[in-house]
Amino acid sequence: MTRHLELKTAVMNKKSEDQTEAPLRNVPRTKISATHVDVFYGEKQALMDVNLDINEREVTALIGPSGCGKSTFLRCLNRMNDVIDICRVKGDILLDDRNIYDRAIDVVQLRALVGMVFQKPNPFPKSIYENVAYGPRIHGLASTGEELDEIVMSSLGRAGLLNEVKDRLNEPGTGLSGGQQQRLCIARAIAVSPEVILMDEPCSALDPIATARIEELIDELRANFTIVIVTHSMQQAARVSQRTAFFHLGNLVEVGDTEQIFTNPSDKRTQDYITGRFG
Amino acid sequence: MANPSEHIVKSYDEELKQLNTLINRMGGVVETQLDGAIQAVLRRDPEMAERIVKGDGQVDEMEQEVGALVIRLLALRQPMAVDLRHIVSSLKIAADLERFGDHAKSIAKRAIAISQVPRIPAPGLDRMARMVQAMIKDVLDAYIEGDTNKAIRVWRRDAEVDQLYNSLFRELLTYMMEDPRNITGCTHLLFIAKNVERMGDHATNIAETVHYQVKGTQLPDDRPKGDDPSFAIADHNG
Repeated sequence: MTRHLELKTAVMNKKSEDQTEAPLRNVPRTKISATHVDVFYGEKQALMDVNLDINEREVTALIGPSGCGKSTFLRCLNRMNDVIDICRVKGDILLDDRNIYDRAIDVVQLRALVGMVFQKPNPFPKSIYENVAYGPRIHGLASTGEELDEIVMSSLGRAGLLNEVKDRLNEPGTGLSGGQQQRLCIARAIAVSPEVILMDEPCSALDPIATARIEELIDELRANFTIVIVTHSMQQAARVSQRTAFFHLGNLVEVGDTEQIFTNPSDKRTQDYITGRFG
Repeated sequence: MANPSEHIVKSYDEELKQLNTLINRMGGVVETQLDGAIQAVLRRDPEMAERIVKGDGQVDEMEQEVGALVIRLLALRQPMAVDLRHIVSSLKIAADLERFGDHAKSIAKRAIAISQVPRIPAPGLDRMARMVQAMIKDVLDAYIEGDTNKAIRVWRRDAEVDQLYNSLFRELLTYMMEDPRNITGCTHLLFIAKNVERMGDHATNIAETVHYQVKGTQLPDDRPKGDDPSFAIADHNG
């Protein structure tokens, strides 16, 4: 009886704690914080003083006309721009308060932490299994074959692909349909347990059904990952993201809750772009 | 419109313009309906009243036309931001105008009944109707021009309509107390006045919609209001 009472009190206490914490939980934590980011390709400046916070476990969509700098910004977040010789990045990008452009940062580790999915599905010319197993293997995430199997299966499962491929894991990944290949690439990205997933127009090469499946997947993934997506489809940005950032001519024009951006943007350039008025 | 620049796709602009034209025409029709209904009351003209009652079908058809165009725009254009607000607002405005038309029809029906009973002077009614007519005209101008200040002025003006309604209510009460034979006519007039008062409310609804359409934010709740007539106390000894 006493025990029962204690338990009950404990539950009630917990409840009141929950209530006091509730407003705090609604405030998302900043996962990535970019401040005063300038990017140059040789002489040409592609990004001008971009300041943008990416919230943890949310989908942030980057939109804007071609050449506005949205992909350039996305590629800064896992230092993909390093591979372009003439590209210089200035400013600070903090991932959980660590500057990713710090000399001490191992870029390979960084890219495991900040995974990427590209516009065109690009599976390795290997089996479905090997496509997913490759990352965990080189990062030493599995010590036994069973562990590796476990990672591959759960990654395929989380990418919503397992049921379609479980009987043909040894067939080449390139033999899958476009939408399946893209989900394979997502499985490959999440196999190394990243915290952030960058997506550069992940659906632009897919049909509407495959697109819908990827969008559904993005929505599921955001429970565990921070997602940044570049998209040319404003409807897609509206459907999948919680926050939207609009870029134009290398400037971050406006960032806000997706609903606000698409119903009542504050900047005229945003308004003109999303309503189809840009000349 | 509030946003003067044009869409890259020109047919989109044409469809939005068509929406404005439809709403504007609908506004013109209900204005005429109100005017005709009130004239039928004041002139005791049952034939004119009949025409107004029949004319309401046109308003209903126009509302359906707006509805069809809005569905089409939503489905085919996937409007965003100011366009989305414009299109959704037009649908709401059409609904308000349709109700506005219904009230004109109710007034016209009572005009037929009232022409059979002794005449009761109700000078406030004509004024009230003119005021509401001006409100609906101005608020539709505000819609077409995207002029929130104009919309807010209409929104404020409704308090005057309420006040006129209240004084008319008291006046009619006095007539009824003076002579019970006035009760039938006065009751009809009271309902007519109530219809006009409700029309003023629809005009303020439209003003609120126009504000949302242009600014993307709601007007505050505390619209200035006249007295609530249901609390007006008739002095039986007076």
